[in-house]
Amino acid sequence: MEDSYLYYPGCTLKTKAKDYESSAMKVMEELGRPLVEMDDWYCCGAMQSLTEDDIMHQIAPIRTMCCAQEQGEEKVVTLCDMCYNVLKQANERMKENEDDLETMNDFLDEDPDYEGEVEVHHLLEILLEMKDEIEDAVTNSLDDLNIAPYYGCMLLRPDNVAIDETEDPEMMEEILGSLGAEVIENPKRTECCGSYHTVNRSDIVEKRVEDIVSYAVNEGADAIVLSCPLCQFNLDFHQRATEFELPVFYITELIALALGLDIEMENHKIDPISLLEEKGIKE
Amino acid sequence: MNEDKNEEDEEQEMVEIFVMGKRYEVPEGLTIMTALEYAGYKFTRGCGCRGGFCGACSTVYRTEEDYKLKMDLACQTAVEDGMFLVQLPFMPAVREEYEIEKVDPEEHDNVLLDHYPEVARCVSCNTCTKSCPQDIEVMDYVQAALRGDIERTAELSFDCIQCGLCSIRCPADIKQYHMAQMARRIYSKYEQPDSDELAKRVKEIEEGKYDEEMEELANMAEEELKKRYDERDIVEEG
Repeated sequence: MEDSYLYYPGCTLKTKAKDYESSAMKVMEELGRPLVEMDDWYCCGAMQSLTEDDIMHQIAPIRTMCCAQEQGEEKVVTLCDMCYNVLKQANERMKENEDDLETMNDFLDEDPDYEGEVEVHHLLEILLEMKDEIEDAVTNSLDDLNIAPYYGCMLLRPDNVAIDETEDPEMMEEILGSLGAEVIENPKRTECCGSYHTVNRSDIVEKRVEDIVSYAVNEGADAIVLSCPLCQFNLDFHQRATEFELPVFYITELIALALGLDIEMENHKIDPISLLEEKGIKE
Repeated sequence: MNEDKNEEDEEQEMVEIFVMGKRYEVPEGLTIMTALEYAGYKFTRGCGCRGGFCGACSTVYRTEEDYKLKMDLACQTAVEDGMFLVQLPFMPAVREEYEIEKVDPEEHDNVLLDHYPEVARCVSCNTCTKSCPQDIEVMDYVQAALRGDIERTAELSFDCIQCGLCSIRCPADIKQYHMAQMARRIYSKYEQPDSDELAKRVKEIEEGKYDEEMEELANMAEEELKKRYDERDIVEEG
């Protein structure tokens, strides 16, 4: 599997964010570097436990690292920002702390020990590396589209798992550039979307969403692009409490469109199709 | 005859077991269940088919040189020297109520999680799998349920006999076996392909194709019935 990447989906990609998974699969297939789902994987836990002695909540992500290790792979790629953050933090903790790794392996017991050699990557890192290949493969340039990238928290914080500059990231800007899209700067692009407050404090999320989207609109954005299913849900769904109706795309959806691939876009609350038709990107 | 039997008893190797802390000597090679009966216990609960199918005889034990608590079915596990054990006659785990007509997975985000939200508390510790006397990958079906994969939950849990040992060991208090039973029921109602053979057989029964044969069996002498059972030949329908 030299040309493929071992893919960790996470639960959300199998439920609320199927569009994200299918568009990512199609894009990577088209680029000749397919994502191959792991034989076995486990829910990451969705939120990294920060309690120092709470090894229990590190088991699930490390078990997934063991699955990769047993498949003979050293690299795991994930699409979800939450999963990325949890897997990476847990993995880094084991790499940096021998005592924790020993405790973990003692608990894993009959299962093979985790050697601490697996690396966790977000798909954005891979896409950035393949920026030139993407540019060459574009058949349907996104010239007329003004896109505001949004990063949220999980890709950038804490510092030891950040995939880009914490305060001034530009990965998505660079990838969008290779698609021909106009990049709109949004000063709120690294602020939190409200995250799991969506469950029982939607007022908090609505405030966050209004703030983030209003800046994007004021700067002239036609749409927002991001890489996290929870941010996508919050920015998309909770705009209903605002005056805005800005489509919120997964970055792989835009790449797929630029590569001329046919994709489903059924997870969107705000209609993305009219904008694409208006700009001549989709017939 | 009696003398022979006594001789056999003398040759029988005995093992020492402790039932709820009390010491007994029982013949080697007995199952935990028969050893308990040998020791004088009479089962009114915690015993069913005696064949490893019903899941009623959950037992917890420890062996002398191991610190781990082990789980198994009393009717399927041989006693060992130095075994400490107890029977669990009943598992008081919550089982959610639902109407099978109203749990179409197409109409819910995750119908299993709706009924058993504690599934989301799984930390993948795998204690459930280790406690399963049926060697089912319990943790893996819990994880499948978490991501809404009813088919995989049903398939992985297919050999479950509802003993409940997984759930008493679960640090997240998940009711794995009840949740998985719901998954199998939903799978068979909404997702599993219809069986043409079953429909055909039901029709044949309704049309009375087997009435005569059933009548004959029902009136047959016991000895003849046993003979027919032993000599039966199972052939694939052509």
